[in-house]
Amino acid sequence: MDDRSVFKKANFFSLLDGSAGEIPPKPAGGVTIVPPVQPDGGPQAYPEAGKSNLPVFTMDYLRIQIPFEITLWVLLASFAKIGFNVYHKITVWVPETCLLISIGLIVGGIMHSVHEEPPAVLSSNVFFLYMLPPIVLDSGYFLPTRPFFENVGTVLWFAVVGTLWNSIGIGMSLFAICQIEAFGLQDLNLQENLLFATIISAVDPVAVLSVFEDVSVNEQLYIVVFGECLFNDAVTVVLYNMFSFVADMPVVEPVDVFLGVARFFVVGLGGMGFGILFGFVAAFTTRFTSKVREIEPLFIFMYSYLAYLVAELFAISSIMAIVTCALTMKYYVEENVSQRSCTTIRHVVKMLGSMSETLIFFFLGVVTITTDHEWNWAYILFTLLFAFVWRGLGVLVLTQIINPFRTIPFNMKDQFGLAYGGLRGAISFALAFTLPDTIGRKPLFVTATIVIILFTVFVQGISIRPLIEFINVRRTNRNLDTINVEIHCRHTIAGIEDLCGQWSHFYWKDKFMKFNNRILRRILIRDSRAESSIVALYKKLELQNAMEILDTVSGDISAAPSIVSLNEEKKTSAKPKRKFLAADLRNMHNILSKNMYKIRQRTVAFTGKHSLPNDTHSREILIRRHASIRRSLRPGSFQTSVVPKSHKYFSLPAGKSLDSNFLPPEQLSHLDAQETMSEVAFPSRRSRFGKPTRSSSKAMMPLRRLDTLKEAPSVDALDKDRPEDGRTRPGMSRINSSYSDSRVPASRRHFSSSSENDNGSADNFRNVHHETEEEEQPQLSSPPPGWAAEPSDSSTQNPLLRRPQWNPKKM
Amino acid sequence: MGSRASTLLREEEIEEIKKETGFSHSQITRLYSRFTSLDKGENGTLSREDFQRIPELAINPLGDRIINAFFPEGEDQVNFRGFMRTLAHFRPIEDNEKNKNATTSEPLNSRTNKLLFAFRLYDLDRDDKISRDELLQVLRMMVGVNISDEQLGSIADRTIQEADTNGDNSISFNEFIKVLEKVDVEQKMSIRFLH
Repeated sequence: MDDRSVFKKANFFSLLDGSAGEIPPKPAGGVTIVPPVQPDGGPQAYPEAGKSNLPVFTMDYLRIQIPFEITLWVLLASFAKIGFNVYHKITVWVPETCLLISIGLIVGGIMHSVHEEPPAVLSSNVFFLYMLPPIVLDSGYFLPTRPFFENVGTVLWFAVVGTLWNSIGIGMSLFAICQIEAFGLQDLNLQENLLFATIISAVDPVAVLSVFEDVSVNEQLYIVVFGECLFNDAVTVVLYNMFSFVADMPVVEPVDVFLGVARFFVVGLGGMGFGILFGFVAAFTTRFTSKVREIEPLFIFMYSYLAYLVAELFAISSIMAIVTCALTMKYYVEENVSQRSCTTIRHVVKMLGSMSETLIFFFLGVVTITTDHEWNWAYILFTLLFAFVWRGLGVLVLTQIINPFRTIPFNMKDQFGLAYGGLRGAISFALAFTLPDTIGRKPLFVTATIVIILFTVFVQGISIRPLIEFINVRRTNRNLDTINVEIHCRHTIAGIEDLCGQWSHFYWKDKFMKFNNRILRRILIRDSRAESSIVALYKKLELQNAMEILDTVSGDISAAPSIVSLNEEKKTSAKPKRKFLAADLRNMHNILSKNMYKIRQRTVAFTGKHSLPNDTHSREILIRRHASIRRSLRPGSFQTSVVPKSHKYFSLPAGKSLDSNFLPPEQLSHLDAQETMSEVAFPSRRSRFGKPTRSSSKAMMPLRRLDTLKEAPSVDALDKDRPEDGRTRPGMSRINSSYSDSRVPASRRHFSSSSENDNGSADNFRNVHHETEEEEQPQLSSPPPGWAAEPSDSSTQNPLLRRPQWNPKKM
Repeated sequence: MGSRASTLLREEEIEEIKKETGFSHSQITRLYSRFTSLDKGENGTLSREDFQRIPELAINPLGDRIINAFFPEGEDQVNFRGFMRTLAHFRPIEDNEKNKNATTSEPLNSRTNKLLFAFRLYDLDRDDKISRDELLQVLRMMVGVNISDEQLGSIADRTIQEADTNGDNSISFNEFIKVLEKVDVEQKMSIRFLH
């Protein structure tokens, strides 16, 4: 509260003025010596007047007191964090917040016993201006956007209406309780009760979220709890301000209620508006920071903080502002800034957020011991009861109303998780502490709040994990396997939805994406058209992979899923049943999720002059589809009667090259006569890294574009691997022979003649030829004849390969 | 389905479809209008080309397979019943349906049937097994050029390794079901059909 900070400052200055102790004036001439001042006004050391020897050792505590103490507190809290994680089992069962509060309680106890007062960090300013923004920024920056936007209606519904319901419900019931004479609470009027109820309806599921993550509850539940926490902060603060304003008024008129509602909208939407504004400005700024990479992260932090402060200036929801700012910013900024800055930003955001949170809960513990409490059994117990009851009721009722609008309705277990996961935390604490003193029974409120927080955090926080597991809430299995299916399902579902001509939220998403691509990206992103997005993404991914390898592997490079190591393992085992390391899995997961085609990009029409790169994307998909269907329609694997249908299927007569109906690269589909997967659509196959001995897989060849980054180092590997080409030939020819000739155009490309890849670097994508005979005989290393002289037969050309802009060497 | 002249669905047909698939009346009518809008030939059935005219479907990596799923074995045309039958797989499973007394056949949108649909998307040769090749095909289709075969191969290996219990290096339908038993397929493979 302001009083406290003022008090503290007054104390400070009074010390300097010598009211607590006499500080002699500076000795005239000579060295200025400030003798150590005892904070509690003990006897001061008097330097003797006139003594002017050079002191060898001085101590000036006062000067550094404030930063010093802050640092010590932070360190102490961080040590506590280290301490917990040493013994992992604790953090599994007891959420970290509980532990922090416990440590805080202990420290508070110590401080209390030595009659030291805790640092006055809980003034309203300090909390709301310094401690809260990092936490909110952290939450906002790492908010998973896709599930959030898919569930945004539900989130807002629970956040806004749920909080209102809770506040009003609890407030009313408590007011009713206060009417009962026996409890001695007559003096609490309705406004004060409502105010208090608002404070304790602010849920803070920090502990819950970590449990949810560990248990992998289904995505919807997770995001609703997450989002609710984030946004109900805003609602709570609005209501709080409103009620505290109203609490001062003796009489509440209906017009005030109406104004309150209006104010709510102003606050909420205004906050979002400011956030978006600052987000765009930040994104725009980062467009020009390519020369000043070192300070790029600074912009992120400054702009989000600025958004927060400006919102505070206008008394609109600063939390919404900073969250929306982070959301908006993140997408564009991460494209503009360098990789390092990106990492830095993420780390610093996480660090600041974590530190703030730690501090807050720590102080909660400390302050619990050291404040003056007023205990009123009835009020406190009823508060607990009502908080519980109203939340449960609220979730129940609200879910009933919103379920019909959801694709996946919440079942009872989800609702239980939602209701039980409503822990109270930092915000409630801060708000309670900063209640204006005009409220008579403030200590009661503070006590009640602290009790609720402690109860929910400890009891609910600890018990939620076993309960969730016991009732077996619907999970999202993050298993890699099901990630495959998950992503596949997405395409399937998207396909079916398109088929039905439905536009669910995909419609709005598409609309936004169009707008985004057309206008926003051009303004906000530097070089948004400089290179094919696929290549850019690819380079970024390779960089990340490389960095990950360096990061995650301590010493044993072969433990990392690098291409080289994968290859070596393959070489050494006939049928490798490899242990997939966690890092492997994570990488696979990352790779998959980053690389899956995002088919919802209707970008072809909107990329203007540079439509080519985007075309490629869809063309590639088409190519692959054709290829795979062709392949799958092999005789013996499918009814032969289907064969002629396949042609009808693609309106492509067999053996004829694709004409202008399709863009040139689709001619590639002819080339896909080849059996094996990896040869499809990637004529630039090169047995650069040797081939696995498994018969069903062919030459594992890195993609052409891999070459761009791996070119130099692996040229040697290339030479080494050359002789191995022949080994897999038999395998390939075996598969080849199963292929029916009738459907293959005469001018077949033979990727099997990949010996040509030995031609070294950049030009390897020219290795398509016509040698039909190569199909039958494994050829070791016949140099690619048609390599340089690109056959003029257009049908066998693969323009994909020749696309110059994808080969940096050519540039 | 009748000639173009009778473009309106007859009530008894709607009832039948409703019983078979579980869609509501308004959903059926809405989907019927979609069906007719796709049916350029106006002969009451859809062919593959009709489906391929949908641009988004055309660039969907699984597009062809999805389309294929609509057509029963060996046939080239699908009528409205067949259309609805396939779409019924994607209806969300409602809670009250789970408790309904199981009739002789499971509802089309049961979990098993959803999984069967997905399985058939991968298992092109209908030998009730997803071989490594088929898996690689699908993976390669979904994924861009950024992934080398090595990586893709290991991803496929991992997939098979996790699911394969009888060691035949391919995934049978039962293994498929088993490995997905924790996944909320009901959510992932459901579309909220508009009314």
